[in-house]
Amino acid sequence: MSSHHPAVDQGHIQSLIDRHIELPGALLPILHAIQDECGHVPDDAVPLIARSLNLSRAEVHGVITFYHHFRSHAPGRHVVQVCRAEACQAVGAVALEAHAKKCLGIDFHETTADGAVTLEAAYCLGNCALGPSLRVGDDIVGRVTAERFDELVADLRAEVTA
Amino acid sequence: MSTIRIYVPIDSSALSLGAGKVAQVIAAEAARRGIDVELVRNGSRGAFWLEPMVEVQTPAGRMAYGPVQPKDVAGLFDAGFTGGAAHALSLGLTDDIPWLKKQERLTSARIGITDPLSLDDYVDHGGFAGLDNALAMSGAEVVKTVTDAGLRGRGGAAFPTGIKWNTVLGANADRKYVVCNADEGDSGTFSDRMIMEGDPYCLIEGMTIAGIAVGATQGYIYLRSEYPHAFATLKEAIRRARAGGWLGDDVRGSGKAFELEVRLGAGAYICGEETSLLESLEGKRGIVRFKPPLPALEGLFGKPTVINNVISLASVPIILTRGSAYYRDYGMGRSRGTLPFQLAGNVKRGGLVEKAFGLTMNELIHDFGGGSLSGRPVRAVQVGGPLGAYVPESQFDVPLDYEEYAKHQAMIGHGGIVVFDDTVDMAHMARYAMAFCAIESCGKCTPCRIGSTRGVEVIDRIVANEARGRNIALLQSLCDTMLNGSLCALGGMAPYPVLSALNHFPEDFGIARSAAA
Repeated sequence: MSSHHPAVDQGHIQSLIDRHIELPGALLPILHAIQDECGHVPDDAVPLIARSLNLSRAEVHGVITFYHHFRSHAPGRHVVQVCRAEACQAVGAVALEAHAKKCLGIDFHETTADGAVTLEAAYCLGNCALGPSLRVGDDIVGRVTAERFDELVADLRAEVTA
Repeated sequence: MSTIRIYVPIDSSALSLGAGKVAQVIAAEAARRGIDVELVRNGSRGAFWLEPMVEVQTPAGRMAYGPVQPKDVAGLFDAGFTGGAAHALSLGLTDDIPWLKKQERLTSARIGITDPLSLDDYVDHGGFAGLDNALAMSGAEVVKTVTDAGLRGRGGAAFPTGIKWNTVLGANADRKYVVCNADEGDSGTFSDRMIMEGDPYCLIEGMTIAGIAVGATQGYIYLRSEYPHAFATLKEAIRRARAGGWLGDDVRGSGKAFELEVRLGAGAYICGEETSLLESLEGKRGIVRFKPPLPALEGLFGKPTVINNVISLASVPIILTRGSAYYRDYGMGRSRGTLPFQLAGNVKRGGLVEKAFGLTMNELIHDFGGGSLSGRPVRAVQVGGPLGAYVPESQFDVPLDYEEYAKHQAMIGHGGIVVFDDTVDMAHMARYAMAFCAIESCGKCTPCRIGSTRGVEVIDRIVANEARGRNIALLQSLCDTMLNGSLCALGGMAPYPVLSALNHFPEDFGIARSAAA
């Protein structure tokens, strides 16, 4: 089990649920709120959500696993998403993806041994005239070369652990 | 000295090349030199190859400089760019840049010009005039205006917007909804994002007009989670619009209510399909629904629902402002008005090109785009996203019109144009189309769920020259099954890029060109 994030406080999860429970179709907003706070949707949260929304745990689990965005395990300190879509492929995304995996020594959905970076695929970041593109946190980066990627990763690794 | 107004875009693409840092450095440099500067964070004009593009307000108009890097800023101040002086990065008056001047911007008229979150700016540039007109009309009159304008769904399906609205208008229900499909998942597209980041009130106005026209009181914008900046901008814009009386229980004192909320998707391409999107908004897995019932009659939470793409809704204000004839007079055939095309991929001058329907691919990728970024010959263009056909050079003179493209087994879709040079391996792109479909399939129907995975395997065998002739026949048969047997456009259209690659570029599959069908 990963230990980058502190143990989940059930009371805190419940408060996040309660904050959104009145919304029609509240499940996605609740999952977003939990993942934004915890970095992932912990398994322990599933029964709480299910009880609060009068759903089965299987239904909640089914929704979490349907969407690529939601994850059940804690990611590294930074999530780097490399765009794999056509517009980025037209300007070298396949080579960038290979470089990213080699440079980090991991495949998609994996985290580097030092816990700094989790690598994910994205299927379009909407920066299609300036590819290859990637996303780090909420920042989109365009025209990413292998050298630029290495600099970015070095910067991310240099950041002090939160 | 009076305050100098400087514009540095806050659009995601401009930020992706360092516009945020450029803005910081300009502010710091101005402070250091004691120059009084008002920094406006505008949307992007859409000329992305010039980003970060900085503009300075001068008596002659806005002067542009770009692409500006942080290291250029001191030199720009030295040259006197705050007075519009010449510099190596000078682009002249923004309005005179030919790439922008040649466009016909109706839907995207304000993007890059205004401060996206300033209600005053929006109103000063003609905003909310359409809503004011709509509030003075009956719902049926508003719907008729949109129908007469000839506006068709800009998400890709090109269904007449007014006809959809009319169905919702005629439905009896205690509650109706307007849902904006902002799940812009197609590679090569960013016009929705640019509206939401660069002119969010235009979308809010369009949705409010839709709500008032059909009698809906609640709107939702379903936004993809890949657009964090658009999310922040929309939330703030909705808050300000509500505070300004443009949303709420009593829109502009009309006695009519319309509320709006933005909801985030979670990284599922299929949620761009309207029924899957509605499931997702209801808090469920994004599984496609059977149609009928149409969402217009039984949509969100089972209620009559207008569901339209961002560009469709953002085109409504100008139609209500200028009248249906004004909009309809642009375009050709049954493709009326304009489309914000998006030039992407391997292209020198990429970005947003809004033009009336009827121009050609040659005009777009050569006159606007300047050819490939790599300088190599352009070999193929994928039009309309990952489910759109690959168009070969021999078809670059076909007018961009929904029906003309359909005649060539291609589609305009949401207007995304992805350019590839001659290094592209079309068998790889065909394989990717199937692999993408496999990753993103909701799993409800077999042709899409299983067919896409089998498609990847068959293409691998063709490329490896295992019984190539038989496997090509198998791929064609599989595509036929997916085209005709899938529940929605994902499985139903994934064969388009595959078959177009095979038909137009057989040599990439190891087949002699003369042997191809």
